Amino acid sequence: MSMAKTQTPRPPQDYRGDRKVNSKFERFIAKAPVHISVLAIAMLWTLPTLGLLISSFRPSDDLITSGWWTVFINPFEFTQFTLSNYQEVLFNQGMGQAFLNSLVISVPATVMPIAIATFAAYALAWMEFSGRQTLFMMTVGLLVVPLQMTLIPVLRAFNALGLAGTYLAVWLAHSAYGLPLGVYLLRNYIGSLPRDLIEAAAVDGASHLKTFTRVIVPLSMPAIASFAVFQFLWVWNDLLVALVYLGGNQDVAPVTLVLRNIVGDRGQDWYLLTAGAFISMLVPMAVFFALQRYFVRGLLAGSVKG
Amino acid sequence: MLSADNLTLIFRALLAIALGSGGVILIFYALNVLVERLPKVWKDRLLPWVYVGPAAVMLTAFLVLPTIRTVYLSFLDSRSENVVGLKNYVFAFTDPGMLIAFRNNLLWLLLVTGISVGLGLVVAVLVDRVRYEALAKSLIFLPMAISFVGASVIWRFIYAFRPEGSDQIGVLNAIWTALGNEPVGWLVNRGLNNFALMVIMIWLYTGFCMVLLSSAVKGIPKDVIEAARIDGANEWQIFQRVMIPIIMPTITVVSTTIVVMVLKVFDIVYVMTGGNLDTDVIASRMIKEMFNFRNFGRGSAIATILLIAVIPVMVANIRRFRQQELDR
Repeated sequence: MSMAKTQTPRPPQDYRGDRKVNSKFERFIAKAPVHISVLAIAMLWTLPTLGLLISSFRPSDDLITSGWWTVFINPFEFTQFTLSNYQEVLFNQGMGQAFLNSLVISVPATVMPIAIATFAAYALAWMEFSGRQTLFMMTVGLLVVPLQMTLIPVLRAFNALGLAGTYLAVWLAHSAYGLPLGVYLLRNYIGSLPRDLIEAAAVDGASHLKTFTRVIVPLSMPAIASFAVFQFLWVWNDLLVALVYLGGNQDVAPVTLVLRNIVGDRGQDWYLLTAGAFISMLVPMAVFFALQRYFVRGLLAGSVKG
Repeated sequence: MLSADNLTLIFRALLAIALGSGGVILIFYALNVLVERLPKVWKDRLLPWVYVGPAAVMLTAFLVLPTIRTVYLSFLDSRSENVVGLKNYVFAFTDPGMLIAFRNNLLWLLLVTGISVGLGLVVAVLVDRVRYEALAKSLIFLPMAISFVGASVIWRFIYAFRPEGSDQIGVLNAIWTALGNEPVGWLVNRGLNNFALMVIMIWLYTGFCMVLLSSAVKGIPKDVIEAARIDGANEWQIFQRVMIPIIMPTITVVSTTIVVMVLKVFDIVYVMTGGNLDTDVIASRMIKEMFNFRNFGRGSAIATILLIAVIPVMVANIRRFRQQELDR
């Protein structure tokens, strides 16, 4: 192949075999199927969410009599839109409280595992102690263990300790469930930091803690950000853990649980479901859009999470 | 709206957040300060364990021990009082409801993995060639930020059914009836409902596959493709004979990740149909046994079966990690 490079000048990209495709228009036409497919798929993927969003602003009577696409017949007819669905679901159906609960659950459940995992990752990457490799291998193995395996015993333990139905229960649970991924991502990242930096700090007489806080943590911010986005999205969107450990306690139920209950009790009341669903999706989508870069980076680095 | 009650609520919420998050960091600092004061020999021995300790304790307490205990519980009866040996497993493999769940899981595995990965790959290749690549990728990837419950509501709406004669409010039935057919109960019809549920997961995870495969596709050296083009290969042949073999490792990783996720899928089935009408899968069946029927023995057995199904992936991951470590 290197012979071909030096002997024959490489033809421009618009050669197909020996047929030449030259004008811009012809190139566009050749690419038309690509454009059409990509646009079609992108629209197909956005349509469901769009339908929900538009529907959440329509009065309940309209919702059960006509499809949401009919708003486009008279798009500037503003009387066909309303905020009453949101009002109803936020204040009378418990979504407002649920939103607060989701925040209270998700923020600590993200910060806690970050702290625990970063400390552990540093030790696993740069400290010498026996059992180091075994511990990390255990973490990698635990990445795929299904949550379901742990539900019954942990629930029983929570009940015995009187923790079931409290925020602490889900904070601890979510932190533990997120640790394998956190330790994996952070340990890989921290392990790839230049050795000289860390040794330089040691030579300067810095204790491990100083090295950790002044050097490691600032440098690891990209990995920490990735894990933070991952964990936050996962906790906010979780249903299973909330269902099992928070069960009957309505005061602490997050948006996913409340939404699921509305589906169960009032499955045909679309005006509640659409607004409720959108409230539950708002924060994750905002976080996702703002921090997409870190999410993708995390995915690429830790693509073993099951 | 900003009543005293609500304000108290918000204040309490902020307090809980601060305590929960701050508490952990405080514990670390305290432990660290304590150990740093010990003589050097002790310090060097203990400090790593201070750092690793909390993680190790939580992993053991919440993952390792419960897993072992669940396996143990699977050999006991519904109230976990008497040993019943393999009775729960016999039930799991012979009960008609369970067999349907197994069949469904198999369908889910084959179709969702195949279509998500396949579609993700095709889109990754196509989107590489347009200028609005970033926007298109964002839109296809967006569903990943949506919870399973939210997605279930969205698709419930799309599958909505109105009897013949009234206006349809669900997109699918609207299109179907516009073509001259009678409206269909997509979630009720036993021949279709499983597929209707699978579509939701495909919608959610194609973006994930696409992102991973896109980065792999971009990593293919350009000269290899150019050389193939010069040799007269058409796009399809390049795709099949050049690109796929090169990115096979990524395809494998993506597929196994989706496989594990599909095996654990519970929310979609639970929220949409409650596992009724022949749509049950293993994970939702386990929750039923646990909470509705209160049979902890059977629930544990089902969970253990799930674990066994996932073990091959676990072993492969550990192997891969070992290899990475050697290369390090």
